[in-house]
Amino acid sequence: MVRFRGIRKSFGKAVAVAPTDLDIEEGHLVTLLGPSGCGKTTLLRMVAGLETPTDGDIFIRDKRINDTPVHQRNLGMIFQNYALFPHKTIYDNVAFGLKYRNVPREEIRGKVGRALEMVRLPGVENRMPAQLSGGQQQRIALARAIVIEPDVLLMDEPLSALDENLREEMRREIDNLQRILGVTTIFVTHDQREALSMSDKIVVIKAGVIQQVGDPETVYNRPANHFVADFLGHSNFVAGRVEERRGDLVMVRLDSGFLLRAEHPGQWRAGQKVEVVIRAQRFEAFLKADYQAEDGVNYFEGTIKDRSYMGGEVNYFIDIGHKEELHVISMMRSRFFQVGDVVSVQVARRHCHLLALPEEKEPA
Amino acid sequence: MKRFFSGWSLIRLYTILVYVFLFAPIVAVIILSFNPEQFGSFPMKGFSFRWYVKLAQNDSILHAFKNSMILGSLTALLVTTIGVPAAMAFVRYEFPGKNALNTLLLTPIMIPEVVLGVALLLFIRWLQQPKSFLLLLIGHVVITLPYVLLVVQARLVGIRREYEEAAMTLGANAFHTFREVTLPLLMPAILAGMLFAFTISFDDVTATLFWATAHNQTVPVKIFGMLRNSISPEINALGTVMIALTVSVPLLAGYLSRRFSRGGS
Repeated sequence: MVRFRGIRKSFGKAVAVAPTDLDIEEGHLVTLLGPSGCGKTTLLRMVAGLETPTDGDIFIRDKRINDTPVHQRNLGMIFQNYALFPHKTIYDNVAFGLKYRNVPREEIRGKVGRALEMVRLPGVENRMPAQLSGGQQQRIALARAIVIEPDVLLMDEPLSALDENLREEMRREIDNLQRILGVTTIFVTHDQREALSMSDKIVVIKAGVIQQVGDPETVYNRPANHFVADFLGHSNFVAGRVEERRGDLVMVRLDSGFLLRAEHPGQWRAGQKVEVVIRAQRFEAFLKADYQAEDGVNYFEGTIKDRSYMGGEVNYFIDIGHKEELHVISMMRSRFFQVGDVVSVQVARRHCHLLALPEEKEPA
Repeated sequence: MKRFFSGWSLIRLYTILVYVFLFAPIVAVIILSFNPEQFGSFPMKGFSFRWYVKLAQNDSILHAFKNSMILGSLTALLVTTIGVPAAMAFVRYEFPGKNALNTLLLTPIMIPEVVLGVALLLFIRWLQQPKSFLLLLIGHVVITLPYVLLVVQARLVGIRREYEEAAMTLGANAFHTFREVTLPLLMPAILAGMLFAFTISFDDVTATLFWATAHNQTVPVKIFGMLRNSISPEINALGTVMIALTVSVPLLAGYLSRRFSRGGS
């Protein structure tokens, strides 16, 4: 278990991490997700001891580690560029951490062999890092980190240097290995797909401030604010005002005049300014002529303005008037629309997510 | 015919002339060192090792040669011992006055050697110490330090911090990290620095003229002294030996470092 208490880091006047509290449970894989420069790597490096917090405490298994030097923290760290020692063989690379742990020589050989088997690269002991591909090097880096049985595994964008097609394979490998070993893992990434697919918990960070902590489904379906909704997935944002609330059903008068019904539990007041978030994938599109409105949905009418074919899916951009445009991703269950087609798009009420907007001052 | 006078062939000719201009005197020295006559002129009237034999029997030159070798080697050792940690500090750590100090250590490159020679001499006088071998050694360290600093710093910048960080997270303390990771990756630069230091120390004349005593002569200073009396063909032989040495040592070291450094980028 890793705990952050009031952790803060600034470089001169620049604040990299605002005061942060965060608990990471034992055995969990937790992703720090955010755009580059948001402070996620700094947070990770403070756990490793490669950066010193300006303020606050970090605990690993209830032991405060602020003053423990890097080499005594028993952590495994994976770097974006593998960081295998180029002048050492694969065997010496993997055995490196064991040398400083008083492991007898005979045992080292066995442990290195087993670690290489775990990353499915047995028998490469005598090669040099430069003789391996990028994906293989990252696996060796993984073997080097897990062979020391670390308390926490730290991964700093481990997949971003790999080719697109290798990335998915490697991601599943890391995921599997983490579950088999049950090692607490902190995974830093800016790639939402990595975060959504492998995390027990996602921590979304922006400009050094945690925006939301939650499991992938919650973070994706119930984003805490505009940033989270925008950063994960493709979202449509429409502004409006709450007209009425009946239990979980909230009527929202959009700025375009349209009355939208959203199912969203919460204390919504009539007159409150809100922003409605609708995921582009949650829409269903029909030719207007064929469309029969169902119960429990909202529907819009508009004209296909633009589309892009992505193979598995199609992106449509639909002009619904009032200078509003909807981004709709269709998985092609229905037909393929042409630019200029007049369509109806519907979305279930429960897929309309509300965000409270700060009240603006009325212009004088 | 037209082809022959094209711009490219003129450039080729020009290049060849530049090389001839650069290397002809050196080649002349090497060839004349095998001339049996007292006064060298072409065409040569034979081929002999006479001057090499005479050189090998000249105690004062051998003494100077020994001095030069010892001085060069000690300079190389001392200057890397000082230069590598200094380069580490400049590249890896932040401290107040870092840039000023770095510039200060590099100034011996920019200061004329005559000034440097006189300055160190005056300094020693002020300390009321006699000229000695130690003075020569200190002087040569000052002259060669910038080269070692520059070479090692350049290499250090290229060694990604992650290698050291990976070693530390795996349990190596600062010393082990340096010994196991930084030093091996730095080795080519350290070797290059040592070679620079050795060759610069080995053929420095200007500053060394101020610091050498009758007993502590180096080869270049000795040659300078010999030229004042007469031009002996021995000097040609000595020159050839020095050329062979200063060319072959770096080549050999380059070959060895390529042979033994298997990784490194």
